Amino acid sequence: MSTPIDLTGVDRETALRLYRQVVRLRRFEDKVYQLFLKGELPGTVHQYQGQEAVAVGVCEALAADDWITSTHRPHGHAIAKGVSMRAAMAELYGKATGCCGGKGGSMHLGDPDVGMVPAIAIVAGGVSVVSGMGLAFKLQKSGQVAACFFGEGATNEGAFHEGLNFSAVQKLPIVYVCENNLYGASTAYHLTTLVPEVTERVKAYGIPAISVDGMDPVAVRAAMQQAREHAASGHGPMLIEAKTYRFAGHSRGDARKYRGREEEDTWKELDPITRMRDAILARDPADEQAITQIDAEIETELDDAVEFARQSPLPDATLAFTDVYADPFPIPSVVGERS
Amino acid sequence: MTTMTMARAINEGLRVAMDADSKVVLFGQDIGRLGGVFRVTDGLQKDFGEHRVMDAPLAESGIVGTAIGLAMRGYRPVIEIQFEAFVYPAFDQIVSQVAKMHRRSAGTVRLPMVMRMPYGGGIGAVEHHSESPEAYFVHTAGLRVLTPSDPQSAYLTIQQAIACEDPVIYLEPKRRYWDKGEVDLDTTLGNTGLLSPWRARIMRPGTDVSVIAYGPMVRTCLEAAEAADGVALEVIDLQSLSPLDLATVVESVERTGRAVIVHEASRTAGLGAEIAAQIAERCFYSLEAPVQRVTGYDVPYPASRLEEDFLPDLDRVLTAVDRVMED
Repeated sequence: MSTPIDLTGVDRETALRLYRQVVRLRRFEDKVYQLFLKGELPGTVHQYQGQEAVAVGVCEALAADDWITSTHRPHGHAIAKGVSMRAAMAELYGKATGCCGGKGGSMHLGDPDVGMVPAIAIVAGGVSVVSGMGLAFKLQKSGQVAACFFGEGATNEGAFHEGLNFSAVQKLPIVYVCENNLYGASTAYHLTTLVPEVTERVKAYGIPAISVDGMDPVAVRAAMQQAREHAASGHGPMLIEAKTYRFAGHSRGDARKYRGREEEDTWKELDPITRMRDAILARDPADEQAITQIDAEIETELDDAVEFARQSPLPDATLAFTDVYADPFPIPSVVGERS
Repeated sequence: MTTMTMARAINEGLRVAMDADSKVVLFGQDIGRLGGVFRVTDGLQKDFGEHRVMDAPLAESGIVGTAIGLAMRGYRPVIEIQFEAFVYPAFDQIVSQVAKMHRRSAGTVRLPMVMRMPYGGGIGAVEHHSESPEAYFVHTAGLRVLTPSDPQSAYLTIQQAIACEDPVIYLEPKRRYWDKGEVDLDTTLGNTGLLSPWRARIMRPGTDVSVIAYGPMVRTCLEAAEAADGVALEVIDLQSLSPLDLATVVESVERTGRAVIVHEASRTAGLGAEIAAQIAERCFYSLEAPVQRVTGYDVPYPASRLEEDFLPDLDRVLTAVDRVMED
């Protein structure tokens, strides 16, 4: 079933960079999983293993000042858009050095400095917000584009339809990126949706859509380049449906009993890391050394990020009471009980 | 001083804000060509252009979400929700995103946006056009809530709401839209003094009972004070429901020893409950009588021919005044 990744037109440097990025995202998530099981990370996490090609391909095609919105599964998006492993890991640890100062946590990773809205974990919540960003870019004639990540489950939320309709009629510079991983938590998409092709559903809004192999970063990047060009040149939004699969459960408590191991194995044959590596080596076996070096560099980067997060201070308890308002005022319950 | 309606005063306040800052943009259903169903934005699209006064789809969640995105990229959006009960489809965006974005971004994201909506009853319409949802928003940390009671406060509070760096729910008492009053158009945000929108206003000083109200009920309470026989009512207009100016309330109640709280919204867990609790905590030893509340009842807002019995009126306010004076 697995077709090789086609590197035609992709130079060596780009291919290696795409490889490096998918491995960075994967290794970060694998490490997070271990740390979570050891009890070092609080709360829950929604992991991205398997879907790396989507975030990497999309962000590779974006300009540095383009923006993304993300979801409850934001770790991969954040790292692909430029949040450092240190800042992301520290945020997962709840530390003051995290990308949100320890006030966001796993489901709200992001950083305006790299063009990422702190992730919006309510399903389809970002679809509404991205309309406003797109409208701002249009009014400012800035040439920027906003990419909006969401899962296929979001397409059944009302906010999805409100957002797409408005951005289409306004011809806003937005690329919608649907990561169709087949399941909304435990429920298969086709059980809740009569027309399970997202590209078909959005035709009703006059939004052109392309379907792409979401396990292939090269293909996703090419689709995104086309979509970004379309959106940036005043033709309005475009949608990419990336067919992908999460290798992990929906969240940490999910034993994945709703899907067969055979299905999982089929998708694992499409693992973007193996396929990128195979494609690179098929073109030039001598790149084995470069790949080995990349792998080693990522392990170093990851170990450094974990050590940084561990050593970082916890946020002061009083920080729970700050940043509630930009024009702060004494909050009565806080003043009354804690002064 | 110029005499004008509250609807006109809000319109004038919007004009001042739009003149002062090209980043102020208006977005809502029927606010452009029509000028809003209550004509609050009348003429603004003509004067400021279609890029600054935009008609929105019938999609309240999308309207609020769009305003969030605009605010993140440097605009100061002022959205209109056509009637207060139409805000519920946007509740997710307001409670989960608008109120919390600043905090979860450790202060790096600011959302200076105003969510205007007419609220309250008295126009003979149905529940979806007559409700008082303020408690939902006051309960939500991260939001500010303002409500004017007369043209002068409307002119200033709308400007203050737009100037504020925080998201503001701006509740307009729709049955007072056509009430006329004096407005000092020369008053600017820089010289409001005691008129500051974040402060409660003592609308009528009195020595016997503190009557605490806001929005549409302020006029009702002023009429009650006029009609009260042998009792001097001090009428307080809260203006800002979040944050609450408790200092003004406490100072008044400590002086009078009696408090009556009046609002149209249903009683249970309404704003009056919080104010009564604050008075109990802070003024217990000054109180001469239990705090009284005059509110809507805990039922869905009734249809047109029934609403008169639901809405607090002058007689109900005076009955409550009698009760606190008996003790």
